[in-house]
Amino acid sequence: MSSTTGPAATTRPATALPDPVLRASGLTKTYRLRPSLATRLARRDDGRTSLRALDGVDLELRQGEILALVGESGSGKSTLAKILVGGTTPTSGDLDHRGEALPVRRDKDASRRIQMVFQDPYSSLNPRLSVGAMLRELLLLHQVVPRAEVRAESVRLLNLVGLEEDALDAYPSQFSGGQRQRLAIARALAVRPDVLIADEPVSALDVSVQATILDLFARLQRELGLSILFVAHNLAVVQHLSQRVAVMYLGRIVEVAETAELFANPRHPYTRALVDSIPRMRAGSVNEEFVLDGEPPSPFDVPAGCRFHPRCPYAVERCRTEDPALAAVGAGHDSACLRAAELPPFQAPPDPAASIDRVDVREELQDETTDPAEVRGPAEPRHPEEHPSPGDPGTPGARSTDA
Amino acid sequence: MVAPLLSVSALTLGVRRRGRPDTVIVEDLSIDIAPGERFGVVGESGSGKSLTLRAVAGLLPAGVEVLSGGITYDGKDLLGLPAAARRRLMGPEIAMIFQEPMTALNPVVRVGDQIAEGPRRHLGLSKGDAAQLAVEMMARTGIPDPARRARAYPHELSGGLRQRIMIAMAVSCGPRLLLCDEPTTALDVTVQHQVLKVLEALCADGGTALAFVTHDLAVVNQTCTDMAVMYAGHIVESGSVRDVLGDPRHPYTKGLLDSAPDFDQPDRRLVPIPGFPPNLAARPSGCPFAPRCSFAVDACTAAVPARELVAPGHTAACRESDRIFEGALA
Repeated sequence: MSSTTGPAATTRPATALPDPVLRASGLTKTYRLRPSLATRLARRDDGRTSLRALDGVDLELRQGEILALVGESGSGKSTLAKILVGGTTPTSGDLDHRGEALPVRRDKDASRRIQMVFQDPYSSLNPRLSVGAMLRELLLLHQVVPRAEVRAESVRLLNLVGLEEDALDAYPSQFSGGQRQRLAIARALAVRPDVLIADEPVSALDVSVQATILDLFARLQRELGLSILFVAHNLAVVQHLSQRVAVMYLGRIVEVAETAELFANPRHPYTRALVDSIPRMRAGSVNEEFVLDGEPPSPFDVPAGCRFHPRCPYAVERCRTEDPALAAVGAGHDSACLRAAELPPFQAPPDPAASIDRVDVREELQDETTDPAEVRGPAEPRHPEEHPSPGDPGTPGARSTDA
Repeated sequence: MVAPLLSVSALTLGVRRRGRPDTVIVEDLSIDIAPGERFGVVGESGSGKSLTLRAVAGLLPAGVEVLSGGITYDGKDLLGLPAAARRRLMGPEIAMIFQEPMTALNPVVRVGDQIAEGPRRHLGLSKGDAAQLAVEMMARTGIPDPARRARAYPHELSGGLRQRIMIAMAVSCGPRLLLCDEPTTALDVTVQHQVLKVLEALCADGGTALAFVTHDLAVVNQTCTDMAVMYAGHIVESGSVRDVLGDPRHPYTKGLLDSAPDFDQPDRRLVPIPGFPPNLAARPSGCPFAPRCSFAVDACTAAVPARELVAPGHTAACRESDRIFEGALA
C-alpha cells in the first residue's frame, strides 16, 4: 500500500487487458424541463431549462469483471445504468456491445444480452405472478430452451441463485428481501445475458443478508463469467466485491482504477473525500481527516471549469476555467483532475494487521476460500439462507440450514 | 457513577390481543444513559431498536403498548407523567431526529419558521428573536448562507440540508437528550460524514446525551462511546464501543461483524449468519439466537440467558461467552 504520486510510481505491469464487453463513449443525457406556468407567463421565451444528467461519459466494462460505479445521489449513476440497459436513450454518444454498436431501439436479442437487477426487490417483482410463471414467460419469449425443458431450466436457475424447486409455485410476497433479490437475479439470468447491471442491489438488505447476496454476485462472476456493473454507494461493499471502480461526480466519471489502487492511491480530490468519509468499523480507525465542504452543486447549474472546483481544497485559478478530461495517470488508472500529478501523497487507511486481535480468526477463514481449484469447481455451493419474512414460517425455496 | 439521565428498566413492548397472549416485540430491556453520553443501539430490521426509541419519545405507533417496565428521565417517571407534562419535556429536554427528513418536515412551512416554533413555544421567545435563533442554529449545523436558506421550503433543499434542518430544529431548545433514529441512513457517504460531525460537535459543546439507533456498525464506531446490540427484542450485548466491536462476546455481535464488509480489511471473507430471525409471534423458548448460533448447547434453548458482566463495563447475554472469547484468541 505504498502511496506515491506520479504516473511512474504505478508499478503494475501493463498486461494485455481483456476486451470490453460493453463500451460507452461520449454519452450525454439532457432532460429538458418545462418551467412553471407563472414563469412562462412572466417571460416571453419558452424559458426551458435543461438538466445534464450525463455529460460525456466514457466507460468500458471488461469481460468477466465486476466494475463498481460509485458517486453521490444525483451524480448520474442510475441514469447511466438505465442507458446501458436500454431503458432510456442517450441524448448523444455511442454504445458498443462486443464491438458492435447497439441500436437506439433494441431488438429482442440486443436487450437479452444486457439485463438489470434493481435496488428494491419488493417493487421490482410482479406480485401476481408466481416464480414459475415469471421464469416461464421469459424462457418461452426468448426461446431460451424448448417448451418441454422450461421447467427443468427454471429449477436450474433457482438452484443457481441458491433457491430450491418448491419456490416455483410461490409468489414473491412469500419470500424475504434477500430471497426476492435472488429471484430478481434468477430472472435476469434466465435469458442468458453476458452483462448484468445491478443498481444498488444490496442497499435495501440487512447486513447479514447482504453478505449472502454479495457472495452470490461473486460466484456468478466466476462460474458464469458474467460481466457485472455494480452501482453502489457503500464503498466498503464496493471494495469488497469489485475489481475496478469508476467514480462519478455530477454527470462525469472523474476517476477509474483497479479497486485496490483506487482506495490506496486516489488521484482525484473527490475520490479522496469519498474514501475519507467511509465510516470505519474498527476501534482506533475513526477517520477525522477530511470533511468535504458544501453540497454537491445542482446539475441545472454545473460550475464552469472543473465541476468539482467549488468544493475542492486543491483548486487553483486554472481549475476555474479549464474543464479537465479523464486522462491516464498510471497503468489502468484515469483521473479527471488538472493537478492529479501534484496531489500530496494520500494517507492510506491504517494497516489492519497493526490493530486488534480479531484478525487472527479471519485469516484462517480466508485461507479456506482462496484455493484456485475450488474456485473453478462447478459444484453447487450451499448457502446459508436468509430469513423469510416474519409471519411466513413456511417459506418455500429456502434451503434448510443446519443451525 | 453519575446518576443516569435516561433509565429504561425492564421495558417490555408489545401488542395486546384479546383472549390470546400478547405479542411481545421488545422484552425486558434495560438501558442507562448518563448525561453527555453518546450511546448507540445496533440491530437489524425488526430487532425493536426504533420502537424502543419511540417508547422513550412517547411516539409508539397505534396498537403497540408498554406492557411492563419503566422509563425514567432525570428522576421523572415518563410513563406515569400526564400527557401534557410529558409533551412539555419534548423539545427543551428530549428531542428526536428521524430517518427521513422529507416526511418529518412540514412541506408548506418555511424551514426557518419550523425551527423557530420550538423556541417560541418552549423558551417564550418573541417571533423576531426566535427567527434569529433559528438562523443561528442553522449556522451551527453548518448550513451555508443560513439567512437565505431559512426562507426556503423543505422541497427546495437537498437531503443533507434537510437533515441539518431537522438537527437544528431538534437542538434549538437545547435538549439534554437527543434521540436519533437512523439519522444518516438516507444520506450519501460524504454528507453522512458531515452530519455525524455536526452531531458530535453539538453534543460536545452542549453536553447533550445521544441515543443513536442505526443498523450500521461503522456509524456507531464513528459516533458513539457506548453501545448495545439488539436481537429479536433483547439486548444481547452492551459495553463501550471499543470493547463490543473489538472483543465481541455474543455470537450475534460476532456474526454481524463477520458479515459486514470492513473497509480496513478488504480481503476478509464475509461470513453470513445462517438461518433467520425468529417470528415474533412464535419465539423460541430460551435464547432467541440459539437456532442460528454455532456455539449453542442444549442449555441455550431452556431459558433466556441473563445479561452478565463479562468484563468491566461489558455485558453479554450468552452462556457460552467465554468460548467466544477463547475463540477470538485462538
